[in-house]
Amino acid sequence: MPRHRLRFAKTGKAVYLSHLDLMRTMQRAFLRTGVTIRHTEGFNPHAYISVALPLSVGVESRCELLDFERLDGPSLDRLPELLTAQLPEGIEVISAYEAETKVKDIAWLSIAGTLEYDAQPNTAELAQRLTAFFAQPELSVKKRTKKKEETELNIAPLLRQITFVPDGDHKIKLEAVVAAQNPPLGPGLLLDAISQKAPDLAPDFTVFSRLEAYDREMRVFL
Amino acid sequence: MDKQLQRILPRVQKPARYVGGEVGQVVKRAEDVRIRLGLCFPDTYEIAMSNLGLHILYGVFNEMDYVWCERVFAPWGDMAAEMRGANIPLYGLESGDSAGEFDMLGFSLGYEMAYTTVLDMLDQMGLPIRSADRTGLAPLVFAGGSAAYNPEPMADFIDLFVLGEGEEVGPELIALYDQAKSDGRTKAQFLRQAAGIPGVYVPRLYDVSYHPDGMIAGITPQSGAPERVSKRIVADLDKSHFPVAGIVPSTEIVHDRVVLEVFRGCIRGCRFCQAGYTCRPMREKAAAALIEQGIAALGNTGYQEITLSSLSTSDYSDLGALCDGLLDWCASRHISLSLPSLRADNFSMEIMERVQKVRKSGLTFAPEAGSQRLRDVINKNVTEEALLESLQVAFAGGWSGVKLYFMLGLPTESDEDVIAIAELVQKVQWTWKKHAVNKNRGLRLTVSTSCFVPKPHTAFQWEAQDTMEEYSRKVAILREHIPRGISYNWHEPETSFIEAALSRGDRRLGTVIEAAWRSGARLDAWSDYFSFDRWMAVFADCGIDPAFYARSRGGGEVLPWSHLDVGVSEEFLRRERAAAYAESLTPDCRSDCAACGANLMAKGGVCNA
Repeated sequence: MPRHRLRFAKTGKAVYLSHLDLMRTMQRAFLRTGVTIRHTEGFNPHAYISVALPLSVGVESRCELLDFERLDGPSLDRLPELLTAQLPEGIEVISAYEAETKVKDIAWLSIAGTLEYDAQPNTAELAQRLTAFFAQPELSVKKRTKKKEETELNIAPLLRQITFVPDGDHKIKLEAVVAAQNPPLGPGLLLDAISQKAPDLAPDFTVFSRLEAYDREMRVFL
Repeated sequence: MDKQLQRILPRVQKPARYVGGEVGQVVKRAEDVRIRLGLCFPDTYEIAMSNLGLHILYGVFNEMDYVWCERVFAPWGDMAAEMRGANIPLYGLESGDSAGEFDMLGFSLGYEMAYTTVLDMLDQMGLPIRSADRTGLAPLVFAGGSAAYNPEPMADFIDLFVLGEGEEVGPELIALYDQAKSDGRTKAQFLRQAAGIPGVYVPRLYDVSYHPDGMIAGITPQSGAPERVSKRIVADLDKSHFPVAGIVPSTEIVHDRVVLEVFRGCIRGCRFCQAGYTCRPMREKAAAALIEQGIAALGNTGYQEITLSSLSTSDYSDLGALCDGLLDWCASRHISLSLPSLRADNFSMEIMERVQKVRKSGLTFAPEAGSQRLRDVINKNVTEEALLESLQVAFAGGWSGVKLYFMLGLPTESDEDVIAIAELVQKVQWTWKKHAVNKNRGLRLTVSTSCFVPKPHTAFQWEAQDTMEEYSRKVAILREHIPRGISYNWHEPETSFIEAALSRGDRRLGTVIEAAWRSGARLDAWSDYFSFDRWMAVFADCGIDPAFYARSRGGGEVLPWSHLDVGVSEEFLRRERAAAYAESLTPDCRSDCAACGANLMAKGGVCNA
């Protein structure tokens, strides 16, 4: 089990970094701070770091978790400041601590989003219809598996809670608690549901943000 | 971030290329500086950020407290289309501000196929592409880089060119501009003054006249501009800027590692090689300084790989000490050291063995020609014996991947020379069979041929390029003779033909380049975008035959770049050309000085050969 964990935010310009970019960037940041972390053995050792629940490009997060093992160098409590100084704009390390949980026990994620409708200034009715749409007891969405086969997934059980509130002209604010894994319900799938089953509710542009991770009992996951 | 940009970015490939924000970027407050400068690279982020020159100049210019230098790169097609659709002009990665509003825009011209991208970038900045149509002082559009040694095809578009290394002349140019800006001088006044800075070439101050047959009659300077413009060099590399804390890209680029430049220039004198002549004189950096800078750069960037860079790294006088010094620090930190550009000799193999004890990357050699006769013509001081001996050591040491590079279409090449490539390859196979320690892994031997492009300022600057048909015929001969089990890749000749026209072209090609861009050409170095038919169509439309530029040039002909001086004398190039036809070797500069003239580039003479 990994011994140490970072919690960091990925916002602004950093939302465009892919998962692979992020891993490379984190590895280099550790090297620049002088923290020695555990590496794999073998001819071509690489740092043992893993970021839980890879984020889609374009989605921001306030609760990213990175597992690693500090062997030597600056102490854990100094890491947020040291690492943030060595990271690109938009990545901020919030805390570094001994990990007492396993990432596989993350069950839920709270997310927020903004849906923009360019042609519709008044979004009150839209918000109501979206709420009703996601209240259906069964909501099957077509999705592609890794092998590019098409399957159907009922996302209703993966959606613990969702609200839509008008947020000024042309905008609706979404707040939801969604399944984190096995399978996850990401913003992409939520939008797929809308575009497949209620295309007239499909927004012109969206911004999503991951806010917090929870375990099965809805305790904040640390 | 701009709202429109925010909408576009999720839709394009690899959006991290377009936002900046990397560790090591320089952000200043616009109100604190007098000069906003865009360092423009006419290719994508991955290529641009792999260019050491860009990192050096970025560091040099940003060390000037009144200058903010930002990066401006060419977006890939999807992003370019989205930006045009949303009316977002090309912007500096650091500030996000429109680059068209900067004071100065400096383009890096590394290769001819980037020319259309320069026009496209100017247009994406909302600027007129022609120098004459940009009437104000700002933005001043200048360019440098190895393609600028014959800048004539781009003369209509660029206000001034900087010849040679930019570390010293760049700041001089910026200082003069700063003065001109505060004094309220016109662009014409500034350009006349700038022409007085050594290394600065202002094309509009030179009149070019032509004979009825299309050849150049004369190149005449106006308004007191110098008869000849000489390139600039940095005399003491140990004191010149090296970016030890440069920008670390957050997304993957082509050369994602620390690049340590060990020397400039080359002692070899390969007669086809433009860099080999134009980068002279040979100037080495001290091993101690290199070790210190390499370690600092690794520590500051977190890169896990460092590569030594030069035209021929085996010729660095203190290579053993340099490698040992770096390895001492790197080995315990899992950092790998790579040595490209090694010569095929035993000394180099010994170094390779030391450097790559565990992980053995592939070996790459460039004999360039198959027969000893032709290798002598091009002065590629490599013998078959030396190559096979090196490979014997390599195969016995566990290497099994070899790449061999050749050129087709070299001056005096016969079909026998082409077949000799296949014969050499066969001998490499035999060497492997005899000496490989681990035959189970098989020999991975790749042979590549490219099409010779005669370049300005080389001994072959007067030579003809093979026609595309001739090149294809030679490829067919080689395919017929190359042994089984060898993978053979050949470049298509179309790009080389266009490259040859642009490379030795004159200013009349400006019309063609503009027409190509107007019919959609950009990022021509990418096969995704290059269209031979489009280029041929615009050449025809403009009434210009590209073959005119690929032809053999007479000894007395005025070459389009004859007023530009890279340090080696024309007389020396003529001697080298005569030696080529005599199949006679010129020794490397360390064994015997060939009096090329480049040592006179700096006061008191400088050459570390």
